[in-house]
Amino acid sequence: MSANLEALTAQALDALAATTDLTSLDAIRVQYLGKKGIFTAQMKELGALPPEERRDAGQVINQAKDAFQEKLDAKKIELENAALAARLANERIDVTLAGRGQKMGGLHPVTTTLRRLNKIFAGVGFQVVEGPEIEDDYHNFEALNIPEHHPARAMHDTFYFDAHRVLRTHTSPVQIRVMESEKPPLKIIAPGRVYRCDSDITHTPMFHQIEGFLVDTDVSFADLKGVIYEFLQAFFEKDCQVRFRPSYFPFTEPSAEFDVSCVMCDGQGCRVCKQTGWLEVGGCGMIHPEVFKSVGIDSEIYSGFAFGIGVERLAMMRYGINDLRLFFENDLKFLQQFN
Amino acid sequence: MKISETWLRTYVNPAISTDELVAQITMAGLEVDAVEPVAAQFSGVVVGEVLETEQHPDADKLRVCKVNVGETEPLQIVCGAANVRPGLKIPASVIGAVLPGDFKIKKSKLRGVESFGMLCSAKELGLVAEAEGLMELPADAPVGTDIRDYLQLNDNSIEVDLTPNRADCLSVEGVAREVAVLNQIVLNVPTIEPVAITHSEKLPVTVEATKACPRYLGRLISGVNNQAQTPLWMQERLRRSGLRSLSPLVDVTNYVLLELGQPLHVFDAAKLAGGITVRYATNGEILELLNGQTVMFDEKSLVIADDESALAFAGVMGGSYSAVHQDTQSVFLECAFFTPLAIAGKARQFGLHTDSSHRFERGVDFELQNRAIERATQLILDICGGQAGDITDVTSVAELPKREPIALRETKLTKILGMSFAPENVSGILERLGMKVAAQTDGWLVTPPSFRFDIAIEADLIEEIARIYGYNNLPSNQILARSSLNQATETVLDLDRVKDLLVDCGYQEAITYSFVDENLQKAIAPSAEFIRLQNPISADLAVMRTTLWGGLLTAALHNTNRQQTRVRLFESGLRFVQKDGETLQEKMLAGLALGSAWNEQWGEKERPVDFYDVKADVEAMFVLTGCEVQFVAVSHETLHPGQSAKILTENGEVIGWLGMLHPNLEQQLGFETPVFLFELSQDLLLQKQRASFKPLSKFPSVRRDLALLVKEEVNAGDIIGAIQSCSEPLLQEAVIFDVYRGKGVEDGYKSVALSLVLQNQAQTLTDTEIDAIVSTFLETLTVQTGAKLRD
Repeated sequence: MSANLEALTAQALDALAATTDLTSLDAIRVQYLGKKGIFTAQMKELGALPPEERRDAGQVINQAKDAFQEKLDAKKIELENAALAARLANERIDVTLAGRGQKMGGLHPVTTTLRRLNKIFAGVGFQVVEGPEIEDDYHNFEALNIPEHHPARAMHDTFYFDAHRVLRTHTSPVQIRVMESEKPPLKIIAPGRVYRCDSDITHTPMFHQIEGFLVDTDVSFADLKGVIYEFLQAFFEKDCQVRFRPSYFPFTEPSAEFDVSCVMCDGQGCRVCKQTGWLEVGGCGMIHPEVFKSVGIDSEIYSGFAFGIGVERLAMMRYGINDLRLFFENDLKFLQQFN
Repeated sequence: MKISETWLRTYVNPAISTDELVAQITMAGLEVDAVEPVAAQFSGVVVGEVLETEQHPDADKLRVCKVNVGETEPLQIVCGAANVRPGLKIPASVIGAVLPGDFKIKKSKLRGVESFGMLCSAKELGLVAEAEGLMELPADAPVGTDIRDYLQLNDNSIEVDLTPNRADCLSVEGVAREVAVLNQIVLNVPTIEPVAITHSEKLPVTVEATKACPRYLGRLISGVNNQAQTPLWMQERLRRSGLRSLSPLVDVTNYVLLELGQPLHVFDAAKLAGGITVRYATNGEILELLNGQTVMFDEKSLVIADDESALAFAGVMGGSYSAVHQDTQSVFLECAFFTPLAIAGKARQFGLHTDSSHRFERGVDFELQNRAIERATQLILDICGGQAGDITDVTSVAELPKREPIALRETKLTKILGMSFAPENVSGILERLGMKVAAQTDGWLVTPPSFRFDIAIEADLIEEIARIYGYNNLPSNQILARSSLNQATETVLDLDRVKDLLVDCGYQEAITYSFVDENLQKAIAPSAEFIRLQNPISADLAVMRTTLWGGLLTAALHNTNRQQTRVRLFESGLRFVQKDGETLQEKMLAGLALGSAWNEQWGEKERPVDFYDVKADVEAMFVLTGCEVQFVAVSHETLHPGQSAKILTENGEVIGWLGMLHPNLEQQLGFETPVFLFELSQDLLLQKQRASFKPLSKFPSVRRDLALLVKEEVNAGDIIGAIQSCSEPLLQEAVIFDVYRGKGVEDGYKSVALSLVLQNQAQTLTDTEIDAIVSTFLETLTVQTGAKLRD
């Protein structure tokens, strides 16, 4: 290798080493390797050599050129990597800052509970039906076998508008409305607002009930027990005990109230269940023949069961809410706990 | 109803604990609400006899007593009670006694005089809440006996919450009857012998209202002393049932009511003029009752009268004039059977509810009157002395309730309960319940006893068998009912979907009362006719809402008053609108937003929520239904006149309203920032347009942008409306993408940038075609809105 080439190569490598950015690297590439570059010029000078030397001298130049090209490529990758690293470092953000835009709201726990109830019963084909909240005396009482002056009316603290119209005291009038217009088999649930003229720590003048009933040719108390039992297991998502106590509703016979083993203490006895180990859930029974009579269904052919459950009560048991009044204050700090 | 367990166990005493007994009757349908000890915890108190009393040397109100407590030497006890006197028997707590509240009795000095115990009042033993002076024990109380044994204080008051059908259990005997059935043991019913008749005076009794009063028994008892002391055992039994001792005559009637379930009444015979008549009142007839209340009857009220006036409100309460008092010497004792229908609702009509009306309206055993009057007479004679006259018995047998035999079919029993029973089990249960049972080929013929008013049909008998057999012993099935497939409609959107959307838009669901404050209702909807509750729970929950906004505004205030600066709420439910004398119950969905547009955050610039934020949420609902709606600028009494829109369907039906709460209301209600509201009819909102496919065009679409200069009062809706009125089939989309005011635009005008997208199904549009369409649009815009192209 000529001294000239050697110096040239050293000079080129020095320039490469001194380069810190891709733009000057490209300038170096053009300066040494371009069509008018220094290595090209060296090749052009070969013509001045005697022909027998040209081949070897050419090889030497090519080797020096290739070596330089290799170094230059490596330098390019190095600089590109550095540039990317710099960009990435530059683009770092604080990923722990909160996301931008609208935050979600949420459903009322009564709605959440009702949706679960609907889902549980829809699975076996119960249809959801709603009814009016201002009811007439006939549907709220009379047709449900609660004649005027019946002592059972005292169990319902009724809001009146006039002699014939009331705020419904329960969802049971929906039973009548459905059976008046549809024929069995019937599998219905009827959720909604109900009203009682009562207000203290454990009563609000408005609350929600869900009514369920099933009418077909061979419905028995055993079917009722089965549905209530399965429903409670599904709702509380645990294996709970269920008991049925004789009770009285004018529109069912036999009538029962049903209790679930306390979901707080698993029936061991605690403050919530007043040490009894049981929580009262709702009322149920076999639809009374008088009720069937009032809607023109033959109780010799059909039988049916009905049940009614307080929705807030279920939600309180499920989520451990200790004050019924919170449901209707609509304090965001309460509501947002169920989002 | 409260009863004493010890009293109950004199009738029937199964070998089970209190807890077991309580569980047993609860599971038989007699729900026990509470079990409370009849006395507080204490020990070391015995029957003492005051032998002598001396004035305390240094205290006016104290006396130094010598008290015999059954030990060899009497104890010296200092006492401050006014009624302490020699010969008196009292509860005495001795050294080492522990009184309620863990109060230990020690030897002490009172003003220098030593005291070796304490004489007790009923309050100090935790028997009553209030008491004056020492508890006075009968003269025959055995000195030295532990007071807990003497008064049988190791007893419980059992409070039974009876359902209205079980009137037969409204007495100690009634509950005992049930306990006997459940334990299959014999009820120990005390025999009641007729008393000896010792005078011949009788009052004539006329029953005019025989249907309402099929049986009326009465007798005169003369020479009674109503100043006698009611025996302690009776006082205690009354107390344990929650009744106060008043006077021996009244105590006896209350006692028999508790014991047998028969209400009785005693009249002061000296106050009666002539005979007794059971009749309906005359309209406007007035009577002052025992409780001091004066009632004015109508002709449906049943009264007990003498020859001059009404004396008592039959089956409900006696009158004050004929009531017994301290000096009463002769009484007329009434024991009647009034039919439930004659009494039902009568007490409530006057705001009354008595132990008597409670029993009569549910049903009193109509075969009980003879036993009850003899029992009460005997007790009166025992306590007050006197002579009993013969009973006047006016019974209209034909009007007494009937107990008809009821057929119980084995097939029906099996079908309803889902299991079959051995025939002897069925008849066994029914017979134990006091029913007459006759076997038939397909089942039984069953006649209920006179004390059961709740057994009228086959289903009632089935319930009795289930109840005694035990509900929890009955089988439980998985249901296998017939089903049909679910509908999956595409013409109505599920409300749940819309609620989910609002939740995603940052709204929190609220549930507010359907009744609101009348003032609030009138303030936010002055022209709406509303319906009022007859008996509201309070003034702030008195009228039915005609809009859901009232409840949402109240809920929002609840939160802004608690440092919440940003509130977004929605509610679904009925509103109650009066129209042409009818009350319409309309399903609505309403929302409210106030405060900042965003939750406080670093990423979005803080700004208050405005009309268009809420409008976007409302529009999103209509994207879900796929229905075209119109927002029209119309003012509304609740809303800011310049920021309210009526929302219409394509057919012009009013879906609802959107707007800003009127600034006057904002201030009046106490808001500090603007409030935005919407309310939509669910029926119209949820109408869904089923998707319908249109072929895609293969040819390119063309967009033309127009900068229009219009007067400020021209609405975007007018511009889009003008474009739509051209019914151009090639128009795909018309969107306003900018509104500009300021430099280059004259005051009172705005520049509106409109983009139009055109496309043909069949070919590529030419410039000539496009220009022609656009110029038609421009002409229409100019005519309808006065728009000009901006230079």
